[in-house]
Amino acid sequence: MRQIPVSQLTEKIKQLIFTASYEIGPDVEKAVQDAMKTEASEIGRSVLCQLCENYQIAREERIAICQDTGMAVIFIDVGQDVHFTEGNFEDAVHEGVRQAYAEGYLRKSVVKEPIFDRKNTTDNTPAVIHTRLVPGDQVHILITCKGFGSENMSALKMLVPADGVEGVKKFIVETAKKAGPNPCPPMIIGVGVGGTMEQAALIAKRMTARAVGSRNAHPQYARLEEEVLSAINCLGIGPAGIGGTTTALAVNIDFAPTHIAGLPVAVNICCHAARHAEGTL
Amino acid sequence: MATYQLQLPLTENDIRTLRAGDMVTLTGEIYTARDAAHKRLIALLEEGKELPVDLAGQTLYYVGPAPASPGHAVGSAGPTTSYRMDPYTPRLLELGLKGMIGKGKRSDEVRTAMQQYGAVYFGAVGGAAALISRSIKKMEVMAYPDLGPEAIHRFTVENFPVIVLMDAFGGNIYEEGPKLYKREML
Repeated sequence: MRQIPVSQLTEKIKQLIFTASYEIGPDVEKAVQDAMKTEASEIGRSVLCQLCENYQIAREERIAICQDTGMAVIFIDVGQDVHFTEGNFEDAVHEGVRQAYAEGYLRKSVVKEPIFDRKNTTDNTPAVIHTRLVPGDQVHILITCKGFGSENMSALKMLVPADGVEGVKKFIVETAKKAGPNPCPPMIIGVGVGGTMEQAALIAKRMTARAVGSRNAHPQYARLEEEVLSAINCLGIGPAGIGGTTTALAVNIDFAPTHIAGLPVAVNICCHAARHAEGTL
Repeated sequence: MATYQLQLPLTENDIRTLRAGDMVTLTGEIYTARDAAHKRLIALLEEGKELPVDLAGQTLYYVGPAPASPGHAVGSAGPTTSYRMDPYTPRLLELGLKGMIGKGKRSDEVRTAMQQYGAVYFGAVGGAAALISRSIKKMEVMAYPDLGPEAIHRFTVENFPVIVLMDAFGGNIYEEGPKLYKREML
């Protein structure tokens, strides 16, 4: 049994939030740079150029890429041979978020209650925590700092088996079309197919953090990703939604076994400021 | 598509001249407000009370900035999505609001009111928040400090880069732009 004091978890989470908030992933930056070469609209190219400049300023000055520094969504895979000591696991995760948002000059965007009071918790807690128990004695952490301009444009639909692949394609493309300029295109689109309602949504969220340019290992899903990406880039929405050929940088799809009666599809939209970071304890 | 360097507040002539798709830099003072501040402003108007800031002739930026780090006037400060302000906006346009800066589409009610009262809707590039913050030279809290990032601030800006998304004559880049690049799906 490996003992890990929870203070190590707090510190790791804090550092990962700093990394995610200030440093765009090289996959996203390269995709935006590549799009500058292919984008057909002049004003669209100037928007992409501003994005590249913005990534650089944020990285060099250690300031937030976007002012919406998001709600922290934290996926933690805990090795079953790990024993956390000296405190509560979830409290330690929230503490990492609290310290990162306070010390890192990040915006506090979380309200305690969603309908009546909507009072800001002032420290960006609580985080949304998804924990899995896995073999081994390590702890893997994936953090996404999820902004809500794009989160609000996400959608989930319970399709039926007869809707098939065409139904899935249509729903993803329609969701992107409906989102239009609102989620800060070019978007990165995470899709979860199958499972149950909440499992599809969880897969979709994880897929927003899969590397831009990577493909699903399953050839039919890889082809589906390419087809949907190409269809979305035909919509004309373009960078910042003002017209162009770069509407999405990636469509990352994954699936889970589902019920004989079901075909759930969750589409989680992420902006070009796709902030996530991973680490291991 | 034309480019302009404008001094705020916007003049009647500016509003008559600007067209959707124009690239503009703004210099002068702008006010900030987003969801919670709009809700309070409209509640005051409904009670027949005066607003804490006079928005007549002014430009409003939909933003909730990140905290400023040492040596900076403001933290990252890109636009938030404007449609959430739509239910409140026609009333503010009626009071004389002349410019708005945000991102994303607006309701028919807002577009009609923009034409009726003469106003321009600018877009800053969403997510280019660190870059935008460089053009904000000063930040003052004008009302509702309890709202934190959602308080009403006054920004002093220099060459703040925006695009005219919707003009006072019904022009709308969100309709006209994508049409030019829409292709038949393969």
